[in-house]
Order: sequence, then C-alpha cells, then structure tokens
Amino acid sequence: MSTRPITHPERLVPHGHVLRYAFHERAWHWVVGFSYIYLLLTGLAFWTPWLFWIAMLLGGGQVSRELHPIAGLIFALGVAVMYVMWHSQMRITQTDKDWFASVGYYIRNEDDKMPPAGRYNGGQKSLFWGFVICMVLLLLSGLVLWSPQYFPWRSLLLLRIAILIHASAALLTIGLFLIHVYMGVFAERGAFGSVIRGDVSLQFAKRYHPGWYEEITGQPANPDSPK
Amino acid sequence: MSQATLRVQKISGHAGSVPGEDTQRQYQVCKLIDTTTCIGCKACEVACMEWNDLPFGKTTFDNTYQTMPETRWNYWNLIKFDEHEKADGSLMWLVRKHQCMHCADPGCLKACPSDGAIVQYDNGIVDFQQANCIGCGYCITGCPFDIPRMNPETHRVFKCTLCSDRVSEGLEPACIKSCPTGCLHFGSKDDMKDLAEARAKQLRDHYDFPDAGVYDPAGVGGTGVIYVLHDVNNPEAYGGLPKDPHVPWTVRLWKGPLKWLGNAAMIGGLIGLFAHYLRVGPKAREDEDITLKPHEGKQP
Repeated sequence: MSTRPITHPERLVPHGHVLRYAFHERAWHWVVGFSYIYLLLTGLAFWTPWLFWIAMLLGGGQVSRELHPIAGLIFALGVAVMYVMWHSQMRITQTDKDWFASVGYYIRNEDDKMPPAGRYNGGQKSLFWGFVICMVLLLLSGLVLWSPQYFPWRSLLLLRIAILIHASAALLTIGLFLIHVYMGVFAERGAFGSVIRGDVSLQFAKRYHPGWYEEITGQPANPDSPK
Repeated sequence: MSQATLRVQKISGHAGSVPGEDTQRQYQVCKLIDTTTCIGCKACEVACMEWNDLPFGKTTFDNTYQTMPETRWNYWNLIKFDEHEKADGSLMWLVRKHQCMHCADPGCLKACPSDGAIVQYDNGIVDFQQANCIGCGYCITGCPFDIPRMNPETHRVFKCTLCSDRVSEGLEPACIKSCPTGCLHFGSKDDMKDLAEARAKQLRDHYDFPDAGVYDPAGVGGTGVIYVLHDVNNPEAYGGLPKDPHVPWTVRLWKGPLKWLGNAAMIGGLIGLFAHYLRVGPKAREDEDITLKPHEGKQP
C-alpha cells in the first residue's frame, strides 16, 4: 500500500473539507449557468408555439429575439473560458472508458463497482466535451442567423442549414443539461454546494472521486480494497 | 395590416384553435398575370408603392430594364426582365411581375415561431402582421420564392399583402387597377384558372407557343398568384421562377420529425430522471455516512 505525495495541499480546507472549485471556477460556472437558462427559456419559446408564452413573460417576442444572441455570446465566452480552465483535466483516459463500460452500476448507485474516478469521472468529462462541441455549433449557426441582412452575401441554403444545426445542437445540450442538473442537485448530495461554496467534504471526495482524493490527501481512498 | 373583415384560417406560431377555421366558405381570391401581354411598363410597381405608402429608395442599374435586382422590404412588386434565346436562335424578351405568390401551403407561415406574425385568411391571402413580428427571419428561410425581406432598422419583415386592405373592402389590388394592357386580372381562383387556361389554349392554338401553359405550382398547394407563360416547361427563364417549388426540406424536417423527436426526448428525459429518483433515489441520504462500503460479494 503506497502513500502518494500530497500534490494539492492548497485544496485542503479546515473542518475535513476540500476545495473542489475555486472562486473563478464557480463564477464562470454561473456565468454559463444563468446565460444558458435564459437561452433555454427563450429558445424553447421559439421552438414551439406551446411555449411561446415564455417569450411574452420575458418581455415580449421582440425583446427575446434581441437578447437571445447577446446572451448566446456570453454563454459562448463562458464555455470558452471553461475550456481554457479545464480541458487539460478533461482528457478521456482508459479509466473513463472503463467507467462508461460499467455505467450501469453508476446508474443503480452501486458506486463501489465503478473504476475509481479522478477529479472528473467519465460522465462529467463527456458533459464538458458535449457542451464545448455544442457551443461551437450553436455559436457558428447562431452568428449566421443573427443578422443575415447585414451579410455582404446572401445564402438561403446556409440559413436553412443553420436553423437545423442550431435546433439539433440545442436539443443535445438540453439532454446534457437535464442530466447535469439532476446529478448536481438531486443525485449527489454535496455536489451543488461545491459550485456555490466551493468545498466538499473529504468523504464526498473519497466516495465520488477516489483518484482525486488520493491526489490531494496522499492517502489511499479505500485502504481495505486490494490494490 | 390587421383586417377584421377577413376571416383567418391559419396563424403562425399559434397554439390552439384558429378563429376563422372552417366557419365559413369563402372565395379563394387570385391574381392572374399574363406574361404574354405584359409590356414591362412598371405601372404596377408605382401603384404598389403609392397605395401601400412605401418610401422610394435608390434604384440599382445593372444593365437591364429592371428597377433593381431583387425586391426589398419596401419594394414588394418588381418587374423582372430576361433576354431569352429561343431554339431557333431568335431573341425573346421575357417580362414577369415578381411578388409574393400567396401559397396555399405557405412555408413562411410554417417556419414562423411568433404567434400571429403571419396569417392566412380564408380567401387565401397570406399576410404579415408586423406588430407581432419578432424579426427572427425564419420566414425568409421558409419561402420557396425568396420573397420576404427584413427592414434592417425595425427588424420586421415585409412583403406583398395582395392589398388585403383593399380586397377586404371589395376592391381589386392596386397593381391590377394600374395595368394598362390588361395583363393583370383579379377574381376567384376558379375564374382566374379558367381565364388562364383559355388564354394558354389560345397561345397554343393560334400563336407559335406550343408549350404555353398556366403556372400554379402544386408543390405548395397551388398559389394565389398564377401566371400564363409562353413556355410553362421553363419557368426558370422568367427571372428564376422555380419549376417545382416546395416548402424547403429543411423546414419540413425541422417542423416535422425533428420537432417531435425533440419534444419526445425532452419530455421522456424529464420523466426518466424523475422515475430514476423514485426508483433508485439519490446516491446518499443527507444523514448517511457516505463513505463507500465495499459491496457484498465483491470482497475477497
């Protein structure tokens, strides 16, 4: 049983807690979070007549159409910053592939049968890459749709394709968003606090991110299990 | 251009029933444009601007007789000129009045997300209600004839109204009234079809136009503006009139399968997550020691 060196002593905070998200990480998370929720609500209003009342509630159709692209730029900026902050930690490793192979256990809350995740598990990494890719698609198609009358050239086909890409990518993010909120708010107690206060308990780190726990504390996450 | 006297049969971006749907049968109105007798005088262009009180902008000279290359948000009626070489090498001048076709199956209305921004009256006129327009430009992508144009300052979209305000008072559209050759006609769709077919037959039988015919494209359910063409097999020659227009496949895909797939996935996702919480629950309870215990049976 080897004891690893403590690599991130600054992350240990008093009272048995560990800093999971520093202030700048939390702040950018909520820049993206609030802009996404606005985009989601106005986007759903444009998606179906049954939800067009949301646009009325948010100041009217014209206001929603005016602000949706601006909120989109803020969202894109936030995701781009997240990419800069986190992409090196989000590389998909063999552990993540093993994680996905046994995702059924994860869904049934049999977390002990999961390969030990680091700071991010395979699902969280996929969420990250899903949002990065969808952001790029949404940004490009959104720029095309924003003010086509100002373009020096005019392509109806490009506009038509852009609508399809915009709607499809948005639907993908809705799927990711639902899972993300469900996991963060309902399924993993303590996860929501980590993007508000920033810290989680050592127990939380040990249970959900044993690899990360070992990195930070230098202690093995599960001393009983054979290595 | 809200017309209280015209009943509405279709409303864009609308959830629920439509007030005028199937309450009364009205004549389908129709404008007939006989390109074979149009002399390209542009009186209709002027009449359109005068009646609709549209400000005149700069014209663009591009070595043709056309006032400008394309219609604008404040220029709804444009005479298109094309020099056409016939099979025998002789020159023919094709002149066509270009404006909204008032499709029975309007792609603009299908693509529009804003409640009541586009309506179709029982008489077939497709009309934009700028007060409800949000300026998204989706109608522009839905139109197979590339007609709607956005005002870049107000971000509202405009096009020919078929003078719905005049028609609701029993008058003919302004362009019809101004035509000096009588190449423009206005009446019920049935009457205009009869008149158009009679004229096409005349062209086939008594003139040298064996392919003369009526342009009333079935792909968009027929149109409220129909043409008599010298050669109905080659409408593209008339300033790019599409041969077989349809609501674009992208709009049909988006408003059809993608919409239902997306709705099912969103509602299914919500139900699925809720069911997961009921069935499996959270990974740990608030009062629980969340230290991972080795699962039974796995320990050596």
